[in-house]
Amino acid sequence: MGIVSPGFTGRRRGGTELPPGQYLTRDFPVLSAGPTPHVLPEHWEFTVTSETGEVYRWDWAALMALPAEEITKDIHCVTRWSKLETTWKGVSLDTLLADVETGADYVMAHSYGGYTTNVPMDDLLDGQSWIAYEYDGEPLDPEHGGPARLLVPHLYFWKSAKWVRGLVLSDTEDLGFWETAGYHEYGDPWKEQRYAGD
Amino acid sequence: MSETNYLDGNAAAGSLSELFAVDLTSAIAQCNGCGRTSVFAEAHVFVDAPGMVARCPGCDSVLLRVVTRPNDTYLDLRGLTYLRVPNS
Repeated sequence: MGIVSPGFTGRRRGGTELPPGQYLTRDFPVLSAGPTPHVLPEHWEFTVTSETGEVYRWDWAALMALPAEEITKDIHCVTRWSKLETTWKGVSLDTLLADVETGADYVMAHSYGGYTTNVPMDDLLDGQSWIAYEYDGEPLDPEHGGPARLLVPHLYFWKSAKWVRGLVLSDTEDLGFWETAGYHEYGDPWKEQRYAGD
Repeated sequence: MSETNYLDGNAAAGSLSELFAVDLTSAIAQCNGCGRTSVFAEAHVFVDAPGMVARCPGCDSVLLRVVTRPNDTYLDLRGLTYLRVPNS
């Protein structure tokens, strides 16, 4: 048997570890830099554009036909709230990108409404990101990014683009909406990379 | 279709007064996206976000962004063709 007592495990569960500078919230704040797009699933389309210009497309039915995963992750907003053990359902980017021919190192996520955010390719693969379409057992509400959003929970939550409509793959790193306005190009909450230069 | 999750341009007055000596909410702004001219106070301002974003009341294009960081402030005016400010 192990030498760690159940009491120790219980105490660890009771103590919440958050990234530096974060506070715990139990509600789900809505942050938005623009009006909420209302995209019906029947009109939704998701594309991946490779660095050679080849475009891969999925409509809603195609997304639903892919194997989905249940995801439980903590999320951390750069405005300092964190929410623990949020539950989602979605399709892994490993699945969506499996047949995409690319050697690109960088990705720009594009959203309905015009929002963009940049993420390194390495942070989208190996079980680190999803196209999520359910939250807490319900279809994802438009104010939280429905019908589908990017979910990259190990980075600050502005990287988890609401209303995602496509990924553009590139050999060079471009900056997205908040990254061009002083926010960090990567955004690791555990290193408190809030602003460019942090 | 969109919900009303914004404030009017007067909500930007506080942040802009930190940067400009004049009251910009009464300035005339031209959108670089659609060409519409309007009083800046009519802009749609989103404050529940990592920064403040003012958008054109006609086409929703971004007119102005302000990100206040611990030691400096980013001001992005790319979405404005011009701001016309009355002389004092």
